[in-house]
Amino acid sequence: MTQPKPVRVTLAGVLADLFPGAPRHLEVEADSVRGLIDALDRRWPGMRDRICDTRPAIRRHMNVFVDGERCGLEATLEPGAQVHILTAISGG
Amino acid sequence: MPAKVVVLIGTKKGVFIAESDKTRQGWTLRGPFCETWPMNHVIGDPRSGTIYGTGGNEWFGPAVWKSPDLGASWTHSSDGLAYDEGEEPVAAGWSLALAPDGLYAGVQPAGLFKSEDDGASWRHLDGLQKHPTRPEWNPGGAGLILHSLVFDPADARRIWVGISAAGVFYSADGGDSWEPRNLGTRADFLPEGQNYPEFGQCVHCLVMAPGMPDRLYQQNHCGMYRSDDGGRNWHSIEDGLPSSFGFPAAAHPRQPDTLFLLPLNGDSAGRYVPDARAAVWRTRDGGKSWQDLRRGLPQENAYFGVLRQAMASDRLDPAGVYFGTSGGALFASADEGESWQTIAQHLPAILSVETMVLDG
Repeated sequence: MTQPKPVRVTLAGVLADLFPGAPRHLEVEADSVRGLIDALDRRWPGMRDRICDTRPAIRRHMNVFVDGERCGLEATLEPGAQVHILTAISGG
Repeated sequence: MPAKVVVLIGTKKGVFIAESDKTRQGWTLRGPFCETWPMNHVIGDPRSGTIYGTGGNEWFGPAVWKSPDLGASWTHSSDGLAYDEGEEPVAAGWSLALAPDGLYAGVQPAGLFKSEDDGASWRHLDGLQKHPTRPEWNPGGAGLILHSLVFDPADARRIWVGISAAGVFYSADGGDSWEPRNLGTRADFLPEGQNYPEFGQCVHCLVMAPGMPDRLYQQNHCGMYRSDDGGRNWHSIEDGLPSSFGFPAAAHPRQPDTLFLLPLNGDSAGRYVPDARAAVWRTRDGGKSWQDLRRGLPQENAYFGVLRQAMASDRLDPAGVYFGTSGGALFASADEGESWQTIAQHLPAILSVETMVLDG
């Protein structure tokens, strides 16, 4: 039996910096964006709240890209997918 | 013995901390902390020295930050600091208060949360959301924010909150049920004949007089007021002041008749200090008369404002008074407002100022 292939994740630096020990690049086993964020929150409690609000949805000024395409929480992840969790242009 | 005076400064780009000894003459400044998040309110617990700050980041949402070591290290949490799924999410924390039974946070959109584990997790006190007037609350210029949070020091079940622009609300049961307490405060922005509603006033700052929990002072968008009955009735105290508009108010640590205000020139006149000359106004008689205090403050070309949470006093004798400006300057008086010095300039826009006096 083969092990599920993880997805490759890149976190925005300002997001990773909020959680001591969190790397910019990591691999996570998940088959959806929601599952990926749940997995990140288990490793770094509170990270879900920084990425998602309680509508529930990806925060207005956060973006999740899967293989280059902007996605929501329900998007599925293929094994080996490249996921970027980035901050959008915001602020003043 | 008081040994250290710590001024906690919430700004649009992080928390700054100014420190001095009890003379309050020389100051050091550190920061920015909290990853330069916009920080609406920062308070300190003088018993433990712990600092708590709250704000909201456009990317990452609301959180309460905590430092046990005067800013050297910080943690943050928003565990439970959320409304139910599907409701408009909490955008930012706006006010913090330490009560005998826990730490409280007011948020935007207006609501109240409580932590009984020193800020690690939060529980929604949903009485305000269930209030029958809630669907009719309208936001003020900064949003529908719960910015003033006042407790009876002898009975933490008695809570007063100030919400822009819903007005003052009071709870006698720890936040389960609430009643509006705005009788006598104006809403000049409503049509003629409707200027004294039950709720909907734009309260800007609510403070309690020391030793008199039923005496409250209020800076409103439309006037300055005093109540001697826990907010049931409000009386104007704006005679003698240069305008009826302003944001902050600071009570004296021991004298219930002393109050500090910082009137601005008007809501449609630029919202800076009148005639571009800065002054703190002090009453020693509960608002019957006022004195402008200007020595050491800029007296020309001062086009700054001071926001709702950006003035505070300390507990020393004589009391210190502090305020921070929209232009990023922090001013301090070690003699109850008689004379002023500049602690810092060129900070980000200052949103809040609080003090913490630590014993040595």
